[in-house]
Amino acid sequence: MFVSLLVLRNAFRHKLRTTLTIVGIVVAVAAFGMLRTLIDAWYAGANASSSARLVTRSSVSLVFSLPLSYAQKIRQVEGVEGVGWANWFGGVYVNERNFFAQFAISQSYLDLYPEFVLPDAQRRAFMADRQGAIAGRKLADKFGWKVGDQIPLRGTIYPGTWTFNLRGIYDGSDEGTDTSTFFFHFDYLNETIKRQYPGRGDQTGVFIESLRNADDAAGVSAAIDTTFKNSLAETLTETEKAFQLGFVSMSEAILLAIQAVSYVVIVIIMAVMANTMAMTARERYGEYATFKALGFSNGFVAMLIFAESLGIALLGGALGVLATFPLAETFAQTIGSILTGFKVSGETVVTQMLAALTIGIVAAAVPAWRAARVRIVDGLRAIG
Amino acid sequence: MAIPVGYIARNLVARRLTTTLTAGGMALVVYVFATVLMLSAGLEKTLVATGQDDNVVVIRRSSQTEVQSGIARAQAEVVETLPQIALTSDGRPLISKEPVVLINLPKRGSGKPANVVIRGVTANGLTLRPQVKLVAGRMFQPGTAEIIAGRSVADGFQGAGLGETLRFASRDWKIVGVFDAGHTAFDSEIWGDAEQMLQAFRRTGFSSLLFRLNDPDDFDAVKSDIENDPRLTLEAKREKRFYAEQSEALSKFIRYLGTSISIIFSIGAVIGAAITMYASVASRTGEIGTLRALGFSRAAILTAFLGEALLLGLLGGVAGLVAASAMQALSISTTNFQTFAEIAFSFTLTPGIVIASLIFALAMGFIGGFLPAARAAKMKIVDALRAA
Repeated sequence: MFVSLLVLRNAFRHKLRTTLTIVGIVVAVAAFGMLRTLIDAWYAGANASSSARLVTRSSVSLVFSLPLSYAQKIRQVEGVEGVGWANWFGGVYVNERNFFAQFAISQSYLDLYPEFVLPDAQRRAFMADRQGAIAGRKLADKFGWKVGDQIPLRGTIYPGTWTFNLRGIYDGSDEGTDTSTFFFHFDYLNETIKRQYPGRGDQTGVFIESLRNADDAAGVSAAIDTTFKNSLAETLTETEKAFQLGFVSMSEAILLAIQAVSYVVIVIIMAVMANTMAMTARERYGEYATFKALGFSNGFVAMLIFAESLGIALLGGALGVLATFPLAETFAQTIGSILTGFKVSGETVVTQMLAALTIGIVAAAVPAWRAARVRIVDGLRAIG
Repeated sequence: MAIPVGYIARNLVARRLTTTLTAGGMALVVYVFATVLMLSAGLEKTLVATGQDDNVVVIRRSSQTEVQSGIARAQAEVVETLPQIALTSDGRPLISKEPVVLINLPKRGSGKPANVVIRGVTANGLTLRPQVKLVAGRMFQPGTAEIIAGRSVADGFQGAGLGETLRFASRDWKIVGVFDAGHTAFDSEIWGDAEQMLQAFRRTGFSSLLFRLNDPDDFDAVKSDIENDPRLTLEAKREKRFYAEQSEALSKFIRYLGTSISIIFSIGAVIGAAITMYASVASRTGEIGTLRALGFSRAAILTAFLGEALLLGLLGGVAGLVAASAMQALSISTTNFQTFAEIAFSFTLTPGIVIASLIFALAMGFIGGFLPAARAAKMKIVDALRAA
């Protein structure tokens, strides 16, 4: 009891210095948490995707499309339950800054994605309208779209301006579901292409397959790829998760940089905290010598410094964790639909507290060692 | 009268551990700040250097990138006949009609796939890009399944080195040469014979046209000729501008993210400087009193402590810059969101970045030192002397 009171009094002897140090730790721990959450968000798309669905694309690269006739053959592969297809549209809404994903999808596509929740009436309206489209809740909120709105997109891959009627707004069945995508009918795209460019058309970017049994993913993928081996358009089939991770790994260099930088902030604050503790201990050599003269051990003196350092660091860490949540919330609202699932995970909170703990221990190490070693005579002679 | 600079500097030396820790914190912030700017500058430099002033790129209207674009042969022939196009020595227009596609290749080391640009070129394509030089092997033979790889691709991707074979578009392609494009975007590409590529990828049209102008000032005339011709649905851009636009999004992203991170980090370093300076002021109260009693003005005291803080900032700034300049040896390879293709670039230190980093470091020192310096200057002589 006496000892903890002593540590507390010591910690707040220099109120300004301690407050500044705590503020520094709060900023550092919150920044660390935000950067980690940013990295998590990058992987959120891949984590939310199912490993019970397969994606088939051209083995050359995503730029090459596959003939629509493949759908029939894929359906016959043992273990495949449903087949749908989707094609990247890449249109521009008003201007380039408003980027969002748009896909032309087959009739069967929505059946493969039970996580997209669309009211029955809206679904029927979408299916009945050739130029119909549906948008995710997040996307619709961002641009203030309502059901019934007309949405013009300027095609970058498919020339011209395309107008769609928004027939429905879907929600995600759980929090991780991405609701920032825009879907419309593949048939509308396909028939327009066929009319404008005879001889083209009947091609799609990817096929999506649902599996009868999720454990068969590897076997079914191989079976699909074997079917089209040595054809003009060879395929590459992988789970949806692997497909999404492929996109993430393209930005890996940037992710690694962010990760490295997130540790730099901890090192910076470690230097600041170590400085605070070094100054504090230097001023108190006289007191430490007095303790020793009274019979307290070297360990006790070292413990005093450690306790003070850990106390300050953990208090700062806890406040930093608390600050991360509202910050993440504000950040998620500002950047809108670019990154989905910007949520602070439990793991992040644990890492943040571990970082604070490390700061406290490292900062106290040198001062504690010095204070423990100080000779009573020298210590009593020392003046701060 | 001012307090001598030597006196100020010696105060920093007297408390070595504290000075090192505080300046070290600032150095790390400056390091992050500088490397991010260097990264963004490196990317811009790579893509801006890719274009030539008198070259013009033609792509399909509003297709943004070469990969998304498509130009029918008939349209390409119309463009070819424009009078503003420079002629080769044998009197043909200096124009290169190129198919451009992406293929997915695994990286060396990690084995993770990334998209690489494959470009079909002709002899004109090489004349139009004088910065491209073969550094190993030989040129591909037109009409064969031979390709040459850019330096970054040859080093970075499996099967793309000299003498190796890549399989794509149901054919095996032998890499017979490696070229250096002088740190431009072409270093991240693979080149082969245009007609072979068209056949292999079953394309009937080209992706982009590149030609040289007789007179660089003719650009506006060519642009309006191309864009107003009802037979063409194309747009023309100066090559320099075309590539500069492709770096915009990624370099902006790096710069914004990096600067906001640096500013948040700098709060930590500023606090460190403030703590150090407050302690410096507190432990030298008697000294400040003596100086004031000797006749040094409040302004001189303020300047001395601010000077000390600025010196601390400068120390951190220089250390951070030295560490950052070592990053120039590294090159980084990542996917450009706009073209969806891999691009390699290096950290580039420009004089502007050096100045910005030093100003940033001095600003941290100033902000951290101002309040403590003001406290020192406000002290009453009597109180200060009594405290000693």
